[in-house]
Amino acid sequence: MTTARAAAPSSAAGPSRQGAGGGPAAATTDAAPRAPRKDVPRRRPRNAGWLAVLPLIVFVLVVFGLPAFAIVTGAFKTAPGAPGGVHWTTGNLTQSVHGAYLTALWGSVRLSALTAALGVVLGLPLAHAVLTSPLRALREAVLAASGVLANFGGVPLAFAFVATLGNSGELTRALDLTGHGWSLYSFTGLTVVYLYFLVPLMVLTITPALEGLRTQWREAAQNNGATTGQYWIHVALPVLAPSLLGGFVLLFGSAFAAYATAAAIVGSSVPLITLQIANALSGNVLAGQGNVALALSLDMIVIAGAVMALYIPLQRRSARWLH
Amino acid sequence: MAALTPPATRTGTGASSPAPARPRTRGGGGRRGRPRLWRGLVALIAAVYFLGPMAFAVLFTVDVPRQGWTLDSYRGILGAPGFWPGLRLTLELAAATIAVTLLLLVPALIAVRLTAPRLRVLVEVLCSLPLVVPAVALTAGISSVLRWGPDDFADTPLFQTFNAVQNPGFPVVLLLAYVLMALPLAYRTLDAGLRALDLATLVEAARNLGASWPRTVVQVVLPNLRGALLNTAFLTLALVLGEYTVASILGYQPFAVWIVSLGGSDAQVSVAVSVLSLVLTWLLLLLLAAAGRARRLPRLPRRHRAAADPAADPTTADLNARPTVRENS
Repeated sequence: MTTARAAAPSSAAGPSRQGAGGGPAAATTDAAPRAPRKDVPRRRPRNAGWLAVLPLIVFVLVVFGLPAFAIVTGAFKTAPGAPGGVHWTTGNLTQSVHGAYLTALWGSVRLSALTAALGVVLGLPLAHAVLTSPLRALREAVLAASGVLANFGGVPLAFAFVATLGNSGELTRALDLTGHGWSLYSFTGLTVVYLYFLVPLMVLTITPALEGLRTQWREAAQNNGATTGQYWIHVALPVLAPSLLGGFVLLFGSAFAAYATAAAIVGSSVPLITLQIANALSGNVLAGQGNVALALSLDMIVIAGAVMALYIPLQRRSARWLH
Repeated sequence: MAALTPPATRTGTGASSPAPARPRTRGGGGRRGRPRLWRGLVALIAAVYFLGPMAFAVLFTVDVPRQGWTLDSYRGILGAPGFWPGLRLTLELAAATIAVTLLLLVPALIAVRLTAPRLRVLVEVLCSLPLVVPAVALTAGISSVLRWGPDDFADTPLFQTFNAVQNPGFPVVLLLAYVLMALPLAYRTLDAGLRALDLATLVEAARNLGASWPRTVVQVVLPNLRGALLNTAFLTLALVLGEYTVASILGYQPFAVWIVSLGGSDAQVSVAVSVLSLVLTWLLLLLLAAAGRARRLPRLPRRHRAAADPAADPTTADLNARPTVRENS
């Protein structure tokens, strides 16, 4: 009885592994799924499983739940010191999509969309060039470096760029870039910096999909007289489309949430929503903007949530072709 | 049309070679040169763009205007005010974050695999939730929660808790935030490691031989997970080393925040520290990737290596498995 009960969910977990994970790696890690084991050890009481998971549940409930609750409720309340006392309002949300905050939101969306699009356009050829390279060592090195670059930029990366292209940066001085109208502390400057971690992110995201392009498809296209261009337009790109879109969404989310790089480089000379939230929190601009910061955070969460909601189905869709 | 007259060898390679990832070279002898040139150009541009800033940053630190070539910026690091307190705080936070993350996740993941597979989806959702809340938004929420202390709980014993959590000597609130932020990456890394094991058989064997549960976990499961545990620890370490958002907005001064505050007063030294910390982090992670490959390759016969999915290796997988919207913030 116990065995039967325990075995059922165990084997049910097998197929669900394919879709689970959400990330690009998670989808490909399942290249050779093991046959799920039927016999779960019987001696362990089933409650023990719950007990071991309980600390994690409590932790997430408290550390994630409390701030989330604070954001959602705080976004709809007036500031503590407001005239008339604390009451429910939609004023914060209204304020968060008007004036300077709207400019910042729009700036973030524009910067993220532009850098994500550039990241996709530049990342695809780079990934393809690397993957088709005959040098296996180069391939491995680039993929490992991509993992590092995509994940860990932040402040040190910002300073590397300041030293290179900032006002007194090496390249700026050597080529008199300022005289040619260049400024790192601008929308364009941030775009150049963001690509430093977005292009590697794209390389990582698109690599499994590129590896999944079957040689047979190209051969079939060639045997039917297709040129390389036709092969890409009619075969490869349609197959890659969900992965490319997924990559775009992922890059967008990554750029949208980035704060440290922007804060270390531009301070607040470029309007970005993350910078505005930080300013509102620290009362740099206006005092008592804490609840507007919460409303802005809610805006961000809605957008980030939409990004995830778009990304996961795209990821599943692209995984369908690749195995 | 050139594609229709391939070299004679092509049919042979096409049929027998399992290597999936080099369609470019199949274009026929006459077109070999162009793809190679194109590939070289792409690689060159990428190399300039990705290595350039690092090289110029190093140049910036050693070639100081009006002083000439000097290593003073690197010598200045150790004596810079705030260096040691910042580094100490960061390292303490990193150690605590790694410990708490592993203590929370390892038992939960083992239990999910063995006894409560229906919890699997719940655990995965719990660990992915932080992805939806960008670090800045999380910080806004946290700072709002922290204000409840003086506002709503001033007369209760909970007030002490609020104070203790924000103790500047060791801000527990940062620890909690970092653990939360590390969960997605740590979950994927550990899950990939566990997936590579036949955990049920291992545990069954140990239990049948009479090992107690604690002993099974400590002496059988954990040693087999060593790689994944190390990966998780390194990635979490890197995350804490570079974390700026939460700490700066909440007003603490660990390493990354210190670098930025230094940037205002001493640009050369702050760039020097940045270069050092980047190089150290990258070396750490590249070592990790190399170690992962060294462990993996001997298990595969040579014939299969080319076809092996790099993402199936836990090490590569964790570098691939970014939490989508977090690290650079």
